[in-house]
Amino acid sequence: MPQIQIPSPLRQYSGKQASIDVPAKTVGEALAGLISRHPDLKRYLYTDEGKLRAFVNVYVNDEDMRFLQKEATALKDSGTISIVPSIAGGC
Amino acid sequence: MATLSDVKSTEAKPEAVLSNDEILRYSRHLIMPEVGMDGQRKLKAAKVLCIGAGGLGSPLALYLTAAGVGTLGIVDFDVVDYTNLQRQIIHTTDDVGRKKLDSAADKLTALNPFLNLRTFDMKLTSANALELFREFDIVADGTDNFPTRYLVNDACVLTGKPNVYGSIFRFEGQASVFATEEGPCYRCLYPEPPPPGLVPSCAEGGVLGILPGLIGVIQATETIKLILGQGDSLAGRLLLVDALGMKFRELKLRKNPDCPVCGTDRTITELIDYDQFCGIRGQEEPAGNDIPAISVEELKKKLDAKADVFILDVREPHEYQICNLKGYLIPVGDLPKRVSELDSSREIVAHCKMGGRSAKAVNFLRRAGFTKVYNLTGGILAWADRIDPKMPKY
Repeated sequence: MPQIQIPSPLRQYSGKQASIDVPAKTVGEALAGLISRHPDLKRYLYTDEGKLRAFVNVYVNDEDMRFLQKEATALKDSGTISIVPSIAGGC
Repeated sequence: MATLSDVKSTEAKPEAVLSNDEILRYSRHLIMPEVGMDGQRKLKAAKVLCIGAGGLGSPLALYLTAAGVGTLGIVDFDVVDYTNLQRQIIHTTDDVGRKKLDSAADKLTALNPFLNLRTFDMKLTSANALELFREFDIVADGTDNFPTRYLVNDACVLTGKPNVYGSIFRFEGQASVFATEEGPCYRCLYPEPPPPGLVPSCAEGGVLGILPGLIGVIQATETIKLILGQGDSLAGRLLLVDALGMKFRELKLRKNPDCPVCGTDRTITELIDYDQFCGIRGQEEPAGNDIPAISVEELKKKLDAKADVFILDVREPHEYQICNLKGYLIPVGDLPKRVSELDSSREIVAHCKMGGRSAKAVNFLRRAGFTKVYNLTGGILAWADRIDPKMPKY
């Protein structure tokens, strides 16, 4: 089953889980499955218009989905989806 | 891979001459063929600009200085405080209250007297960045906020200087090399910053003290590799570091053809207003003028008079353990589902650390029909400052 990696800034919305297995054939299905299990993530990941936010990147294995078929990118059972939000800390 | 000479910046000047003292100092470099005399001369000729002398800037500046980078510039306008010392290893307890630049300069010149250190006591802005960057070969970004991240990126793209990037949050870090001629820039990765308030800063979210060490040393490594023209740079790759799982992963980065600053149809050809771009209206979350508030002095008076006041603490349980006002603890994120635990007929004073989160809580409770709920202005830190000096601050 494809696995979604949750980065630490988002774990407060995912019941503290670092990775979540979601049955899905595409990236879009996987993200929808994630949101249905953890509705609090929606506000963080999507704009009010339902668009994925510009500071959140989604990778399928090590490739940015923007350079694949975006949400329609097919997933293998062994696939890993990483959500990588921008962080700015340095102090 | 991208090297300094590929990226059109000032050619490293191999004519830099090493004295016998320097040859001895750098002997462990000189006996490696990847560095050697040529490489060490390149390091001496190199000019690196460090943005910030904080968590990332500390290890960066120390290692670059030790390695023999000839000219190091540091931009910072901050003063050392006690909460910096857990991670900003260039500063010591005696430096608290001093300018970070002065403190850093003492350590760096003591470490390596051959260093040509240039300090810039100012905030990096759209008005000064381009002129400053032109004087250096490489920029290492150790800042702590989104507006400066985008400013550094755009200024690097516009001046053709590689941007050695590192960023940290809690237990996780990211590193890459942006704005090389062929490689992607920070905007290719993240076209826009998050809306204000959605991503907590280090001051709000915390950061493991060693993490800036790990990431800052990766930045120093990449900087030195760019100067030497050796190895595979992180250009085109994003390194993700998870200190808790101790996992290092890397993701592929691609140049975005639609990037507004480095793409084919560029819409950003000069520096912009980055505070406006990032939607920042002041560093602290404003509590909002329309939110009913109470001062710590007023609260103290009420408590001394044994008035019926219910103190609601909306911080996290681990913060409650550091210090508290014996309030009833409901973290602000749990408030919607635990609101039934509160009695709306009583007077409620909500507080957090500094007043930001409790303002949100007051706002929420007012909308939920609570009429006698007030925000404690300045939070528990104000209480520690003005009412109970024995209370620990964090």
